[in-house]
Amino acid sequence: MANVPGAPVSSSAASLDLETDVLILGGGPAGTWAAIAAATGGARTILADKGFCGTSGATAASGTTLWYVDPDPAKRAAAKASREGLGGHLADHGWMDRVLDRTHAAVGQLADWGYPFPRDADGRERRVSVQGPEYMRLMRRRVKQAGVTILDHCPALELLVDDSGAVAGAVGLQRQKGGRWTVRAKAVVIATGGCAFLSKALGCNVLTGDGLLMAAEAGADLSGMEFSNAYAIAPAFGSVTKTLLYQWASFTRADGEAIPGAASKGGRSVIARVLTTEPVYARLDRAEPELWAAMRQAQPNFFLPFDRAGIDPFTQRFPVTLRLEGTVRGTGGLRLVDGTCATAVPGLFAAGDAATREPICGGFTGGGSHNAAWAMSTGHWAGLGAADHARALGVRALGNGTRTLRRAGGAGLQDRPRGGHGAAVDAGTLTRAVQAEVFPYDLNYFRTEEGLTGSLGRLDRLWADAAGAMPASADTVLRVREAAAMLATARWMYRSALARTESRGMHRRIDHAALDPAQRHLLTVGGLDEVHVSTRPAPVRADPVRLDRAEAGRELAA
Amino acid sequence: MIELISPTRCTGCNICVSVCPMDVFQPTGGGRAEGAAPVIARQSDCQTCFLCEAHCPDDALYVAPDAETVTGITEEAVAAAGLFGSYRRAIGWTAAHRENRSADQTFRLLAPH
Ligand SMILES: Cc1cc2nc3c(=O)[nH]c(=O)nc-3n(C[C@H](O)[C@H](O)[C@H](O)COP(=O)(O)OP(=O)(O)OC[C@H]3O[C@@H](n4cnc5c(N)ncnc54)[C@H](O)[C@@H]3O)c2cc1C
Ligand code: SF4
Ligand code: SF4
Repeated sequence: MANVPGAPVSSSAASLDLETDVLILGGGPAGTWAAIAAATGGARTILADKGFCGTSGATAASGTTLWYVDPDPAKRAAAKASREGLGGHLADHGWMDRVLDRTHAAVGQLADWGYPFPRDADGRERRVSVQGPEYMRLMRRRVKQAGVTILDHCPALELLVDDSGAVAGAVGLQRQKGGRWTVRAKAVVIATGGCAFLSKALGCNVLTGDGLLMAAEAGADLSGMEFSNAYAIAPAFGSVTKTLLYQWASFTRADGEAIPGAASKGGRSVIARVLTTEPVYARLDRAEPELWAAMRQAQPNFFLPFDRAGIDPFTQRFPVTLRLEGTVRGTGGLRLVDGTCATAVPGLFAAGDAATREPICGGFTGGGSHNAAWAMSTGHWAGLGAADHARALGVRALGNGTRTLRRAGGAGLQDRPRGGHGAAVDAGTLTRAVQAEVFPYDLNYFRTEEGLTGSLGRLDRLWADAAGAMPASADTVLRVREAAAMLATARWMYRSALARTESRGMHRRIDHAALDPAQRHLLTVGGLDEVHVSTRPAPVRADPVRLDRAEAGRELAA
Repeated sequence: MIELISPTRCTGCNICVSVCPMDVFQPTGGGRAEGAAPVIARQSDCQTCFLCEAHCPDDALYVAPDAETVTGITEEAVAAAGLFGSYRRAIGWTAAHRENRSADQTFRLLAPH
């Protein structure tokens, strides 16, 4: 269904036409916490997920550790300090405090709702991790109990905006029922997760950056997109990118020779280097047998590939790979403008991996806890913020007569006045072309000006083609939009990476290997046809004496 | 990747059709009333997340660990290896293994904070 630029929404074109106060896009942790907060506050709330709310997204398949720290000042201070250096001193202490408080409350809520937290030998409940299927099954139940309408298998394709430019709903597909949906809303929360470029990292193939593209089309900008090259260890044949247990692994070449410096933490780049030329093998032989049972009970999904392939990972070597998780365990995403998780566009909020996590962990996450805490916390605040925004708009206008809404979507959706070349985008071809720029360790893990510039030239040409192409047909439009979103994400990543001429956080420049104290700033990136990058000051340091000098000369860890 | 639905174990409840985040399954005409199994309609879209197995009440599905290739494993081989329902048991989602729901030992593996 083609729509000409700025075409008004006609309700007859959609097969499902709804109106609400708050629309949440995405039903992972961020989206479900947002939905519960909005609905509990009295807002009429709809949640639409591309897949199924309760199984879809990174957490449902993976499970997570939690940044759950008792409100004891010394413990809190230590928790905040532990990632300062790794994150490149870009985090904000005010945000960290809020997220620690909010996460503590949310996890307490989970316990009250009956999440079966384990007990230790002293009978004390331990709340530092959640199993994905269990957590997200519970969240779905609570979302329903809060009175939220869930639209499963209903990926959003584009946002609706009113004539003032405020976001006023979204349009999407009913993947299983057929036809489209249109939801007019007073506020929208983007909780669509990060972008892992269809790398088959665990639970991540629904995460193609759709929300980033939709938000950018409505005028939102992003931050921290240079911190987008998280790679996770997995058995070479499998999808399970859970990395915690690799702290007990030794890494070897085919002939069994140990690889010096290779490690999951602080030596993953060594693994990447060797993988560019030869296979790497792992074995969890640093774990004492007393720990084996606990490891299995901690991460049942980690062992699925091994048990099914007939490998004993404690005693037998198996080939490993590094799968790109992109921004999922990176920190880049939509820029938030205040504590309500509003974006730069009125009516549009963002939460979880779709929002930049720089405020709590700067330029590095990986190895757990912060992302889950961020999703719980920002989900809650975005839900409240969206409900407040809707309330402030009052009965005014949902587009029915008083407000004309138009579709904000571009690439793959509408004819543009630039002499479209007739062909529609082939999603598979475009996806593979984007993957060829973002998967290779030489280009994305180990970044150089030359590599980034070359990739950007090719990606910019792909964008010009995609933006000028004919609209996609109904049965290909989802894949085409996903490919366009991955392409846009790749361009924001590499423009930002080119602009940061140093190594900081997970961003690693081979041609600028050291951290540059003069670049302790944040990068805003945005734009579609033209991508632009600008700097903003990093948050004021809590302890200005402990400057980056110690870091300045150091080769980055990991 | 999702490998098979056992026609003898499956009761046609179509839960897997709903819960698969990648929309891999397609219900067949019969559905629950006739106990007809859905089909694996879009196998290459499978993301090897194992969640259909976790949610299947009848332990009728098998997801092989291989993310990129179809192994062609048979139902007999899966049954012989005791793999039907093995993920559900591990996470405590069967009546006989409910204690596993609260068996998470991650707290013992993390450095204290
Ligand atoms: C293997 C692995 C292990 C991890 N371990 C940890 C850990 O130990 N600790 C930690 O803190 N973090 C961990 N993380 C990160 C954590 O899982 C994420 O930060 C978290 O899931 C983010 O929640 P979210 O709700 O923002 O996104 P997700 O959980 O990814 O959910 C996003 C949702 O949006 C939906 N969606 C996508 N596009 C659309 C669209 N167009 N329309 C509608 N819906 C859409 C998806 O279907 C999905 O349901 C891990 C991640 C992985 C992959
Ligand atoms: S969930 Fe299991 S029993 Fe139900 S239709 Fe799917 S395979 Fe059959
Ligand atoms: S493993 Fe995951 S993606 Fe594959 S069929 Fe099962 S639920 Fe769907």
